[in-house]
Amino acid sequence: MTRLHPGTIATLLSAIVALFLLMPLIAVVPVSFTSRRYLSLPDGKFSLRHYASLFEDPEWGASLLSSIQVGVLASFCAVILASAFCIGIWMLKPRMAGLMTGFVLLPMVAPPVVSSLTLYFFLNKLSQWNSIIAYDKLGGVVLAHTVMIVPYAVVVIMVALSQLDRRIDLAAQSMGANVPTRVFSVILPNVRFGLIGAFFLCFLLSWDEIGVTLFVTSVETVTLPRRMWMGLRDNVDPAIAALSVLLICVVTLIIVLRAAVHLRQARNGG
Amino acid sequence: MRAALFLTSPLLLFLGFSYLLPFLGIMQLSFTDPSFGFSQYQQVLSDPLTLSVIWRTVRLCLIVTVVSVSCAYVITLLWVRGRPVVRLLTELCIMIPFWISVLSRAFGWLAMLSNRGLLNTWLKDMGLIDSAIQMTRNEFAVVVGMSHYLIPFAVFPLATAMRNVDERVLTAADGMGASRLRVFWQLFVPMTASGVMGAFLLVFVFSIGFYVTPALLGGGQSVLIAELIYLWIFQIPQWGVAAAMSVVLMIAVGGILYLLMRRYGEIAQ
Repeated sequence: MTRLHPGTIATLLSAIVALFLLMPLIAVVPVSFTSRRYLSLPDGKFSLRHYASLFEDPEWGASLLSSIQVGVLASFCAVILASAFCIGIWMLKPRMAGLMTGFVLLPMVAPPVVSSLTLYFFLNKLSQWNSIIAYDKLGGVVLAHTVMIVPYAVVVIMVALSQLDRRIDLAAQSMGANVPTRVFSVILPNVRFGLIGAFFLCFLLSWDEIGVTLFVTSVETVTLPRRMWMGLRDNVDPAIAALSVLLICVVTLIIVLRAAVHLRQARNGG
Repeated sequence: MRAALFLTSPLLLFLGFSYLLPFLGIMQLSFTDPSFGFSQYQQVLSDPLTLSVIWRTVRLCLIVTVVSVSCAYVITLLWVRGRPVVRLLTELCIMIPFWISVLSRAFGWLAMLSNRGLLNTWLKDMGLIDSAIQMTRNEFAVVVGMSHYLIPFAVFPLATAMRNVDERVLTAADGMGASRLRVFWQLFVPMTASGVMGAFLLVFVFSIGFYVTPALLGGGQSVLIAELIYLWIFQIPQWGVAAAMSVVLMIAVGGILYLLMRRYGEIAQ
């Protein structure tokens, strides 16, 4: 059976779309080598000063650190809460399971600006009671990120659980295992890859989170995206270009490596 | 049953306390701040400035949605149905931008389109223009940036729909002498229409609450709803009106999502 492949017109149009998709990623490269302090193209002489400033300016380092802290803590909270929730739903199928799942997915589908306003309002209220989980504090940002990323953890873990053979759990149950044993010795070890995947996805989402972070931070807890925002909003700082080039290189490397591994597996398999 | 309660309650309590409860607080504000009643909603839905922002948001989001879904359709076609090498290349073109921060992408467009950016410099060097063309801080830049951000999101539902197309139908039509163009327009497009609809609603929902890209590329010149809410909180504090606008936005998005669910429910049946 011959498969109909896209023709010349479709290929040509796709090439234009592909170019459109890659254009801004390419555009940052020359700008990052400019020798001036504002957004411009290098005028004959290339300079690495903006790359140097990323490493010399302690503020970028501080932001990197707080991004990692927030990402790890929020992903950790999200994965623990989500796995307890998903296992509860999977094992015992409580009534209203659909409603409960719909509710926990709410932060994922609600418009980000509404979630941002809601969390800003909440953290403002909390600031009156304590100074740890509060506006512009690390704890507050972790809480806000956890709310925003936990639905994704729920989705990933639900998918992992749906591929788990129910009979394994039933066998454990019929041999007298209690609920904690079933959870910790049977279910969790079997979905560990789902948990790891959920953690990585959560970390990436938190690492990139800017919508909510803009509302709940100002000067004290500045994550990397928040610092980039400051450099973009006031006057465009070419250091952002240097940072973007580094990030784009990392992402491209990971994706190309992944594709290469897949290709090899497919070759070996076929 | 007690175990189920014990396992599910932490997340339910956490979100109930830190998401649902404050949202109810926002709803309360929308009816009470500064005056009791519907006056905040009245302001949102009758103030000419606010209405113009709502109208601009709907208009730009529709344009962005049409652009993103059309671009996504073309590239998904190649991703799903192309030859293996082409498939790999298109996958890279879709996935690399998808995983890059929205800020880097907005910056990339600034680098491309701003007055001292790549495009203006090239055009000047080639002698096509004398002075820079203003391509940022306007609606054009917002549409370009938002479409760029949303294309990958449109690709995923479209890819699902295209993978579900029954190959035998296409082969049969081809075998009976239908032209390629006819197979595409009269079979392939109708068979993927549900995916187009899904992608359309999904992208529209995403675009309507968008803040970062319009704020950076619009440069305060073309304010959308989300930026207006931000201004009402941090620049000219009007909590009640911002809250009312959020509730309206939530209801609108809820309505569209309901349509989306019902549509997929019908297909599933």
